[in-house]
Amino acid sequence: MVTYESATSRLGRLLTMVPWLLNRQGIDLAEAADQLGTSVDQVVDDLQLLFVCGLPGHYPDDLIEASWEDGRVHVANADTIARPLRLGRDEALALIVALRALADTPGLTDRDAIDRALAKLESAAGDAAASADQVQVSLEQPLPPELADRLRRAIGGRRRVHLRYTVASRDETTERDVDPVRVAAVDGRWYLEGWCHRAGGVRLFRLDRVEDLQVLDVDGTPPPDLPLRDLGSGVYRAAPDDLRVHLEVDPRAAWITETLPVEEVRRRDDGVLEVVLPVADPVWLHRLVRREAGAVRVTAPADVVADVAREAREAVAGHRGTTRID
Amino acid sequence: MASRSTPAKKGPSPAAAKTERLLNLVIALLSTRQPLSRARIRQAVPDYAAGSDEAFERMFERDKDELRALGIPLRTEPIDPFFDDEPGYRIDQREYALPQIELEPDEVAVLGLASRMWSQASLAGPAAQALRKLDAAGLMRDEASVAGLEPLLHTTEPAFDPVRDAVLTRTALAFDYRRAGEAEPVTRHVQPWGLTSWHGRWYLTGHDVDRGASRVFRLDRIVGAPRRTGRAGAFEVPDGHDPRAMIRTAYGDDAGERTEVVLRVRGGSASSLRRRGEVEPGDDGWDELRVRVSGTASLVQEVAAAGPDVRVLSPAEVRDQVVEALQAVAAAHEGEES
Repeated sequence: MVTYESATSRLGRLLTMVPWLLNRQGIDLAEAADQLGTSVDQVVDDLQLLFVCGLPGHYPDDLIEASWEDGRVHVANADTIARPLRLGRDEALALIVALRALADTPGLTDRDAIDRALAKLESAAGDAAASADQVQVSLEQPLPPELADRLRRAIGGRRRVHLRYTVASRDETTERDVDPVRVAAVDGRWYLEGWCHRAGGVRLFRLDRVEDLQVLDVDGTPPPDLPLRDLGSGVYRAAPDDLRVHLEVDPRAAWITETLPVEEVRRRDDGVLEVVLPVADPVWLHRLVRREAGAVRVTAPADVVADVAREAREAVAGHRGTTRID
Repeated sequence: MASRSTPAKKGPSPAAAKTERLLNLVIALLSTRQPLSRARIRQAVPDYAAGSDEAFERMFERDKDELRALGIPLRTEPIDPFFDDEPGYRIDQREYALPQIELEPDEVAVLGLASRMWSQASLAGPAAQALRKLDAAGLMRDEASVAGLEPLLHTTEPAFDPVRDAVLTRTALAFDYRRAGEAEPVTRHVQPWGLTSWHGRWYLTGHDVDRGASRVFRLDRIVGAPRRTGRAGAFEVPDGHDPRAMIRTAYGDDAGERTEVVLRVRGGSASSLRRRGEVEPGDDGWDELRVRVSGTASLVQEVAAAGPDVRVLSPAEVRDQVVEALQAVAAAHEGEES
């Protein structure tokens, strides 16, 4: 929702809204608000403002006509602003950068449609397109085209898929059937979200951990109204019954506070961060701590501290006791 | 419903009054073929007519700047081509309007997908607005071609907006930067060349003025707000600037020659490592795994993470690094037990 809007940014919004509404005469007020990304009250406010604006002279015939009786929006007599204003710098930038990133991800979407859309967009944007060269996005790990293609077929055709999947927290390979809901890229990684028949719930799968994916000839329509994850805040999510582990995190491992759902963060004078991290699976925590090579220290609970130390010692002994046999 | 004939209508807020004034000004300047003099403009816009000469001049100067900042091409032209005594103003409809472009249903769909990619990020507003402009006519949309796809971009770094602006306007920046492993941030002076998202992180590439060389900066390591230290357009981005290549060199581990690492892996474990190399099954419950890597840093981390399930056979340097990492973990967790 619009929280604070300057007079000029509101003008920019109105100049976009008028052509949009002119082409959608009689649109439902609530639907218009939804598609315009704002509230019904705001749309009514905007229409009230339009209604007192118009051609010089400002006789009734000069003014923009706007009505929203019985919840249907009509706008007329706005010929001078019937076409949208050219794309601004950030507007052109956002779409061009995103389309180029999609174009770099083969198999995911119809490359031809992206190229055509890009060419038209760049010519329409003119000068505003020039700066888009300076911002680039890599959607990382270009999805193997064959996998992307199978996923498209499964989602488009509502087919169930069979996955061979590595569960990272345990580093185990599992087999499962999933009814796919969506393929999402978050923070540079690709995920499949869907109804997992093995877990009996919605699960998120990292596509770089999918060892094999087969599209089954079985209807894969997921149950309706699934509680999908809000991916806006990242993919990790804490649960109420997770174990609360206290950590001391060196500045060089500070990514932990940015990426994981830590609950308390306190920066000490020496730069070390004291955090509380909800942990569902101790195996995952052990792997995390070992990966960070001493930059992450568990301080509580005591049994977890002892387990981490014991397993690290055991691993050191393993490496030392191993000799190359040729 | 409001009625415009009501004389004592509740006065709009100052911000609403200003939007109303600007919109009336835009309509007046778009509707004329002849440039309008200041006097005509003052008559045409009720808000201008109401105030003193001085107030009008002040408001009009500011309003012109704001319209231009919004991207509205406001022209200043002589009113009479033979006498350039007084400038007039108008907006040319052809310069103002988004050119008519015909978009196919699948093109509208991919533009919609591109717009949604920003829905959780800094450019969400401009991305949505751009789509509303392109799709003002309510075009046919072939959503099936992008069904179920949700690539999302994130810009959680507070420095994103100021850095983006500096890159686009070619304005030098100063910022405090905390390098990995360093507790105290150091002030850096940079001519920003490019802003790039790579492996889910945003990087700034540019010329580091103090070091006299090109450098890569991670946006999440910028502490506090970057400050502009020069004027827009004060430097040029070198031709052939390749931000991804710079970032790969600085942060990637695919540089240098390839090393073969041989591991022993407990049966059924370490699936993610197994996928990086070739497995030779053993008969003692352990398999042998050969992985070829160009840099060993990420492999060392992964082997350390796997703990007692994996052992390094060769080379010795990799094994030593893994042992060192694991000893650091053990040392950090010992001596505290009761």
